[in-house]
Amino acid sequence: MKPDLAVTFAGLEFKNPVTVASGTFGFGREYSNFFDLSQLGGICVKGLTLKAREGNPPPRIAETPMGILNSVGLQNPGVDEFIKTELPFLRRFNTRVIANISGNTVEEYSLMAEKLSDAAVDMLEVNISCPNIRAGGLAFGTNPKSASSVTKAVKAVSKVPVMVKLSPNVTDICEIALACEDAGADALSLINTILGMRIDIEAGRPVLKNITGGLSGPAIFPVALRMVWQVCKAVKIPVMGMGGISGAEDAIEMFFAGARLISVGTACFKDPYAPLKIRQGIEEYLSRKNKASLNDIRGKLITD
Amino acid sequence: MPFQRNCRVIEVNQIANGLFSLVFDCSDIAGSTKAGQFVHISCGDGLLLRRPISVCDLDGSLVRIIFQVKGSGTSWLSERKQGEVIDVLGPLGKGFALDGSRLLLVGGGIGVPPLLMAARQASEQGKKVNALLGFADADKVILLPEFASACDWVEVSTENGSLGKHGYVTDLLISRLEANQNICDLILSCGPQAMLSRVAHIAKEHHMPCQVSLEQRMGCGIGACLVCSCGIKSPGGEGKSFARVCADGPVFSSREVIWDET
Ligand SMILES: Cc1cc2nc3c(=O)[nH]c(=O)nc-3n(C[C@H](O)[C@H](O)[C@H](O)COP(=O)(O)OP(=O)(O)OC[C@H]3O[C@@H](n4cnc5c(N)ncnc54)[C@H](O)[C@@H]3O)c2cc1C
Ligand SMILES: Cc1cc2nc3c(=O)[nH]c(=O)nc-3n(C[C@H](O)[C@H](O)[C@H](O)COP(=O)(O)O)c2cc1C
Ligand code: FES
Repeated sequence: MKPDLAVTFAGLEFKNPVTVASGTFGFGREYSNFFDLSQLGGICVKGLTLKAREGNPPPRIAETPMGILNSVGLQNPGVDEFIKTELPFLRRFNTRVIANISGNTVEEYSLMAEKLSDAAVDMLEVNISCPNIRAGGLAFGTNPKSASSVTKAVKAVSKVPVMVKLSPNVTDICEIALACEDAGADALSLINTILGMRIDIEAGRPVLKNITGGLSGPAIFPVALRMVWQVCKAVKIPVMGMGGISGAEDAIEMFFAGARLISVGTACFKDPYAPLKIRQGIEEYLSRKNKASLNDIRGKLITD
Repeated sequence: MPFQRNCRVIEVNQIANGLFSLVFDCSDIAGSTKAGQFVHISCGDGLLLRRPISVCDLDGSLVRIIFQVKGSGTSWLSERKQGEVIDVLGPLGKGFALDGSRLLLVGGGIGVPPLLMAARQASEQGKKVNALLGFADADKVILLPEFASACDWVEVSTENGSLGKHGYVTDLLISRLEANQNICDLILSCGPQAMLSRVAHIAKEHHMPCQVSLEQRMGCGIGACLVCSCGIKSPGGEGKSFARVCADGPVFSSREVIWDET
């Protein structure tokens, strides 16, 4: 019997648990040259801000052992342009569209949430964890009080489920997760990138023009997995796990730790088909283990 | 439309000091590549990012690239053997627009290879093509016979004077343009950043249209991740915006590039 990959997440039906991570997949156009986006469970679109943003000066990427550092700095066309030109394209596919938003102020977050839920995206992903911009972003995500006030403001206006994206750059991620849950978040996604840097020793300069950037890729997977596991134990709302997932085995580890959905980011740079291969690998694993659905492994980590 | 293909390596040769030529077989990529486009090559399981390399030449279903060994990726690539398979994504980016009727190609070092394809395609279209090629040293000189067969004339410079004119290729460009302003109606250039900004400046002084092929560190290579930006002037205005070298480039009009933002 073919296992059932469908997942209910924050009240929404996802055809499979594999989504693609914000900022690594643009608005889907480029990858649609490689495969039908309807094969994905969902797409977390490039992080949006109220007004268009240029992002940080280049170089914006550095390779590290099994990881990359990026300092894109939320380059995007702004929420209105997204609704006008990108959302209609994404709507041609039968997949969940998740709009990722970052604000400089709580008001900006709620304005964007209003516009996007009116435009009928399927879900909002509230980014309080971007390490690459000075105002907003991470500033909201490292303090339970401000995480809570952003979540409340977005929940107050949103007509669609609200997922809050957490930063790993904190002392106690569960404290922030609980604050978001208490403030009404419907789901959580984690982790965003880990703040890092590299130095070019010939030039005596940082490799990234922005000096620091966010680390992603396989190097961060163990940290991401540990945080997903801790957060899943702490909260009742569903969790989307991400951070360094590059194969189906990693995704399955995330499910054992308690994740309901997973998201694939950096892995697509090496292999544009990575999300499809991961979906396929999950299905094969469930068949091989005689499991009818993901319910049979989710959170089923044996720790005794 | 780009393809991801596992391609058989046909041959790998060292053609000059630290410079390698690699030919792989891929009819999909060979059948759709234009001059100035590049391929993004996976350099083994140990490296997370692909490496962007320009296409130098095509022959039926065969694709030729030429690269300099710089670090672990290009070093891995130089160790490939005939019959092995490499994972290639391409063709990517926007290539040269062969608009003019008299083209002058200005190449520096490892920027020379992509100009060969431009030379071949332009001369097949009946255009007049000439080339100025600069290298650091005679032991780094590549592709002279190939350029000679596609161009009316080729002039070479080396920085240490070991072959051709002693000096920079931009010196050759200045003396050619000063001798005859009508020597070309379009310049195509590829090479190190400092050389390109100099070429752009010279072209501007001589009111000559000029296209340059830029390099930037890349992630996806297909336009989705926005890490490969370079600063360009907003259309018509004073303003600045960031373009994606992988998808909006790597070839840009030299006038739109903001040289201290690339
Ligand atoms: C559009 C384009 C076309 C290119 N065409 C050619 C070519 O035809 N022949 C050739 O020899 N080289 C070419 N390059 C440069 C080539 O990509 C780099 O030399 C190569 O990526 C170095 O990889 P490495 O692992 O050997 O070096 P490392 O220094 O170890 O690389 C570390 C990281 O930096 C990146 N990087 C380092 N130098 C460059 C660079 N100059 N440009 C972009 N990324 C860089 C690498 O891709 C890698 O992610 C091109 C670059 C671009 C952007
Ligand atoms: C180039 C790049 C850009 C990113 N941009 C965003 C963004 O705009 N918003 C966001 O919430 N996360 C962004 N991220 C973080 C990813 O969504 C993801 O959380 C992180 O990369 C970990 O997953 P991965 O290791 O699978 O890439 C970005 C990551 C990368 C590599
Ligand atoms: S490398 Fe990803 S947009 Fe250019």
